[in-house]
Amino acid sequence: MNSIKKLLGYVWMLLAPAIICFLVYEALEKMGAASAAQKANVTLQWMIILFIFTPICIGFFIFGKYASANEYDHLPESSSEIE
Amino acid sequence: MSQAKSQNSIAFVIGASSMGTLIEWYDFYIFGMLATIISKQFFPADAGTAALLSTLAIFAAGFIVRPFGALVFGRLGDLIGRKHTFLLTLVIMGGSTFAIGLVPGYATIGWAAPILVLILRLLQGLALGGEYGGAATYVAEHAPVGQRGFWTSWIQTTATLGLFLALGVIIFIRSEQGVEKFSAEWGGWRYPFWISLLLVGVSVLIRMRMSESPMFSKLKTEGKISTNPLKESFGNKANFKMVLLALFGAVMGQGVVWYTGQFYAQSFIETVCKVEFIQSRDLMLWAILMATPGFVLFGWLSDKVGRKWIMLLGMLLAILTYRPIYKQFLVITSAHNRIEKIDLANTKISEKIVVVDKKDNTKIYVVQHFDTAYTDGAVFKYTKTDTLHLSATYDPTIKIDSLSALSTTLILTQSAKPNVVIEKTMDKSSYWSLIWLVFVQILYVTMVYGPIAAFLVEMFPTKIRYTSMSLPYHIGNGVFGGLVPFLGTLIVEFTKNEAHPNGDPLAGLWYPIGVASICWVIGIVYLTNKIDKNVMD
Repeated sequence: MNSIKKLLGYVWMLLAPAIICFLVYEALEKMGAASAAQKANVTLQWMIILFIFTPICIGFFIFGKYASANEYDHLPESSSEIE
Repeated sequence: MSQAKSQNSIAFVIGASSMGTLIEWYDFYIFGMLATIISKQFFPADAGTAALLSTLAIFAAGFIVRPFGALVFGRLGDLIGRKHTFLLTLVIMGGSTFAIGLVPGYATIGWAAPILVLILRLLQGLALGGEYGGAATYVAEHAPVGQRGFWTSWIQTTATLGLFLALGVIIFIRSEQGVEKFSAEWGGWRYPFWISLLLVGVSVLIRMRMSESPMFSKLKTEGKISTNPLKESFGNKANFKMVLLALFGAVMGQGVVWYTGQFYAQSFIETVCKVEFIQSRDLMLWAILMATPGFVLFGWLSDKVGRKWIMLLGMLLAILTYRPIYKQFLVITSAHNRIEKIDLANTKISEKIVVVDKKDNTKIYVVQHFDTAYTDGAVFKYTKTDTLHLSATYDPTIKIDSLSALSTTLILTQSAKPNVVIEKTMDKSSYWSLIWLVFVQILYVTMVYGPIAAFLVEMFPTKIRYTSMSLPYHIGNGVFGGLVPFLGTLIVEFTKNEAHPNGDPLAGLWYPIGVASICWVIGIVYLTNKIDKNVMD
């Protein structure tokens, strides 16, 4: 199981930037295709989506990094392991 | 303490915590449910600007700010105690909700209206961000060993019951007043906001009688309170990695299942299936009422068999069955599927009604109603509106109140496509079929949400618990979950093209299915099913 955790860690590290790239691509495509009347609204929607999901994807990347470094092989069972 | 006294004591703790949390959920939800009316009252009529601000205020602000509230009040709760912090969140939520009901419309105070509403909505989100972590932590720290799942599950019922209360209050007032009176600038839609002050007042009085969490009191006595809970929560790698695991392995999936089964289901039934306003909310009430005991059942069960597998089973069932369930919504409410049941004797087509636009008297609307009755009792009402633009030579002093008053020489253009509004009142059998399908989704909600308060409490040490559990909870629910209706609708819009002008109505489900799938894999692989018996460390 620990080897699966490690392997998946690399998957998460690849998935995180892939999600951001996908969202940026979609944002550019939709903003470009929007009519003049809709442009401000569509731009705002996509700015909000990117603003929200960028830090989350950074966190997801860090999670993957921890997983690939075997940090989740053993989960703490008391606070003394965390302090 | 005797067992009876202990049970009474924890019952008071549960009741006091739950009531306040329920009211905060009610306050948060009435805003979302009245979003259509709010956007018309508080935003200018100009479509582009209204859509812009409406998007910001209604869909984004309240949800996005919840994690910030979690940080602010989580930190406060770990510094000064649970009790005082969630008294503060309750007062802020109640005050801002009441104040929303007092803000005059855009027609009266102009741009001040949407700005005030936006600020108050942000305050609501901040307060909610601080409430849940405090209430769950508070109850869990009172719960006896081996019963944490059961006792915290009562807190878990409050989000759904808050939704129930919000739906019930809105339906009642709207039924009493009728659509026009309810939707007027100072109409009945404001009453749910004003009622909040009374509810909050009662809850504040109850909460003031509560004592501080025994674990926090113990920490304080021993001088072990955290001096910087934010740094200890997120600057300490050993704890931060658990925050990330809580988010990506549990709460992210729980959040999308929660919002899909309740908010997206109601929105889909009303806006895609076109079931009429009251009925689309009534059926939610029934489904919620029947499924709510599931929170307590699965919380109790998680004390016996562990939290992980119950939560992940609920997530898996959601992933596998959402598309079939929503497809069935479409089948049940389809006009095409009930052609053989048309009751011609009771089907009515109205005369064409001519209405002049109030702001532009060269724009005329020709409205016609088609009420299609079915032998099983269903009635589908169609309102077709053609828009006619009159030529510049039109004499505005001529009163146009019927088609006969118009001549073809007056008409410059006619709308290429009429606007058709559909409102379906379902027959009893279909109505109950819809209820059962929503009930199943809410049952999944109870499976993923019932045990999760105890699960989160057990992940983190007492001195940084409020901070550490609040942030992943509000990102998972506020961000991932809260954006389900918005992103789901957006994804459906992306599927529209010339060949498919209505798009794929089920496409929006890929967002919750995708998020829950990733969460499920992470949960299966990385989470442990072990229950931490000692949360006093």
